[in-house]
Amino acid sequence: MKIVVCVKQVPDTEAEKRLLPDTLTVDRESSNPVLNEMDEFAIEEALKLTEAHGGEVVVLTMGPDGADAAVRKALSMGAHSGILLSDPALAGSDAVATSYAIAQALGTTEYDLVILGSEASDARTSLVPAMLAERLGLPQLTFASKVEIDGTSITVNRLTDYGHDVVQAQLPAVVSVVEKINEPRYPSFKGIMAAKKKPVAALDVAAAGIDAALVGQAAAATTVVDAAQRPPRSAGVKVTDEGDGGVKLAEFLSAQKFI
Amino acid sequence: MSSKPVSPLDLFAIDGLLSDEERAMRDLVRSYGARELRPHIADWFEAGDLPAREVARGLGRLGVLGMHLHGYGCAGTSALTYGLACMELEAVDSGLRSLVSVQGSLAMFAIWRYGSEEHKQAWLPRMAAGEAIGCFGLTEPDFGSNPAGMRTTAKRDGDSWVLNGTKMWITNGSVADVAVVWAGTADGIRGFVVPTDTPGFSAPVIKKKLSLRASVTSELVLQDVRLPADAMLPQAAGLAGPLGCLDEARFGIVFGALGAARDCLEAAIAYALDREVFDRPLAGFQLTQQKLADMALELGKGMLLALHLGRLKDAGQLDPRQVSLGKLNNVREALDIARECRTILAANGITLEYPVLRHANNLESVLTYEGTSEIHSLVIGRALTGLSAFV
Ligand SMILES: Cc1cc2nc3c(=O)[nH]c(=O)nc-3n(C[C@H](O)[C@H](O)[C@H](O)COP(=O)(O)OP(=O)(O)OC[C@H]3O[C@@H](n4cnc5c(N)ncnc54)[C@H](O)[C@@H]3O)c2cc1C
Ligand SMILES: Cc1cc2nc3c(=O)[nH]c(=O)nc-3n(C[C@H](O)[C@H](O)[C@H](O)COP(=O)(O)OP(=O)(O)OC[C@H]3O[C@@H](n4cnc5c(N)ncnc54)[C@H](O)[C@@H]3O)c2cc1C
Repeated sequence: MKIVVCVKQVPDTEAEKRLLPDTLTVDRESSNPVLNEMDEFAIEEALKLTEAHGGEVVVLTMGPDGADAAVRKALSMGAHSGILLSDPALAGSDAVATSYAIAQALGTTEYDLVILGSEASDARTSLVPAMLAERLGLPQLTFASKVEIDGTSITVNRLTDYGHDVVQAQLPAVVSVVEKINEPRYPSFKGIMAAKKKPVAALDVAAAGIDAALVGQAAAATTVVDAAQRPPRSAGVKVTDEGDGGVKLAEFLSAQKFI
Repeated sequence: MSSKPVSPLDLFAIDGLLSDEERAMRDLVRSYGARELRPHIADWFEAGDLPAREVARGLGRLGVLGMHLHGYGCAGTSALTYGLACMELEAVDSGLRSLVSVQGSLAMFAIWRYGSEEHKQAWLPRMAAGEAIGCFGLTEPDFGSNPAGMRTTAKRDGDSWVLNGTKMWITNGSVADVAVVWAGTADGIRGFVVPTDTPGFSAPVIKKKLSLRASVTSELVLQDVRLPADAMLPQAAGLAGPLGCLDEARFGIVFGALGAARDCLEAAIAYALDREVFDRPLAGFQLTQQKLADMALELGKGMLLALHLGRLKDAGQLDPRQVSLGKLNNVREALDIARECRTILAANGITLEYPVLRHANNLESVLTYEGTSEIHSLVIGRALTGLSAFV
């Protein structure tokens, strides 16, 4: 079984994020780029599936040249090879364009299953997995908290507000996973050293068969017209207990619709 | 005027001196430490108990144990990377680094360097994985700085060796599966691979410690411990055997101590920025800044020394006397930094809510083991003058 895991490099989740005032895009220079945390769960699930059923894991990212580091991280966890889709024409792509670009890049390889995170921690649209499945014409099994494969059939628990749905499809398929699904392994020193020697294919728009007019910031279907800083946190409300503290607390909570 | 604070080692642009791979490995140990170890360390220290087996298994999975050795399941990294890993572990607690030093640099190294092929096959893969724990018994109740005087003996009896004696202050002793024990024989000091379930071997825990509480320290009692003839490490003859191991472990401490110092300094800076005295942040006072500047200088200088020694070691050019330079300087300065940071945290500094006094207490042991600061001064003095002042 061959599984492609799509991963995104994002600004460090711990660091304060800000937008560049002129382009209104994320300032990626001011904080360390890291592998999107949710994507570690996707990698872990792919590794577990191939450990159980055999096969290999290919990790795919679209991003600047430095996104190579996200691919290496996945390789050091145990993925077998990588694809880095990088081209100045792709900069500023929205979710629609991102899904198109990834779909085209997937055309350069064979696969039985595509696994993604359910959300990137920077833009947080959660749109890419569904759009990608649509573009590939494959079943989409999103927000999976459990994945099982039996022959060519795949069954997932799809997380919902009320619990989960059990969803089934035939491979090939597109899955996005939630954090509940597993506990990602740490890379190991041996893994880090082995990652250096694993093959990473570099693709530009031409090699991936991407029409440059359909990607990049200029092609985005929506534009960010304005952005404002989140207002600083206000001081809050102090309740002085004059024997009626409990009542006052309850009044406050009910006024805020907490109770 | 205020600007964004920069961390002490970033001010020295240390990261630029490391390769991508060295940084990746360091970051792995750092994030593992932050997520898996740091949340528990104050409790382990307070309880005076380390779940050593569990910790060893976790570190074994990363590949930390015996990481700079080659073959037999060891990761085979550079020595410098081993130093960086020690630094990240000791930033959490010197006790964790001690576990790793003893496992990798003392017990595993002794077997790897001096053992027979059978010794290596039997122990190294399990020790690298953290499935088996090792300890290293050199020090005795009456012989620390002068191990040549040791009283533990190994006598030939037909096809066997019979060991008798007592070892003291042995890290990992009570949790070990295998002990590398040094003993006097008819033909000088020799090393022995002793499975700890051998009859006559016992390892009572040393309690009531005020330092390295998150580390297991034990006595080793050897009472007519009978071992097969091939239990002796064939390639180690005389005191050079154990001293060769100690050089390995000291090298890790050169880096490790700085981890503790860095953690203290980071805690002190954060605290000083947050804490207001006389209506202003403590960090804005000149006396505080003088302390911080001096500490950052010593930390950065120590780091540059450590990296220099690391590069020398990887080039196969490190002289043991240079390890003495590093151990003496970096542990001494780390201890000073930890104590100075404690003054910045004042009363809060004496609690386990903050790491500073825990580190300072630990570093007292680090100053003593692997060659006391006095002994390293004598080594350096002898190098500089050609005169030995040991006796
Ligand atoms: C400041 C800002 C400005 C933006 N500007 C615009 C704009 O002008 N117009 C517009 O329409 N959109 C814009 N976006 C949206 C953003 O560019 C896209 O949403 C993004 O490219 C992909 O969506 P996502 O990050 O929300 O991924 P999600 O859908 O949340 O990600 C889910 C999963 O998809 C996979 N994935 C996502 N991205 C990649 C990738 N690059 N390579 C491989 N796998 C990937 C990962 O597995 C990830 O876990 C902007 C976002 C921000 C924060
Ligand atoms: C927590 C902990 C863990 C340890 N783990 C291990 C372990 O795993 N394995 C192991 O074998 N040992 C271990 N040790 C022992 C350690 O290596 C010894 O404590 C150390 O070598 C010093 O020996 P000592 O305590 O007997 O001091 P002594 O040798 O009695 O020294 C007392 C004082 O005299 C000074 N001194 C000694 N000789 C001279 C001299 N010639 N000139 C001037 N001053 C001198 C010393 O520097 C010291 O200040 C551990 C110790 C501690 C505290």
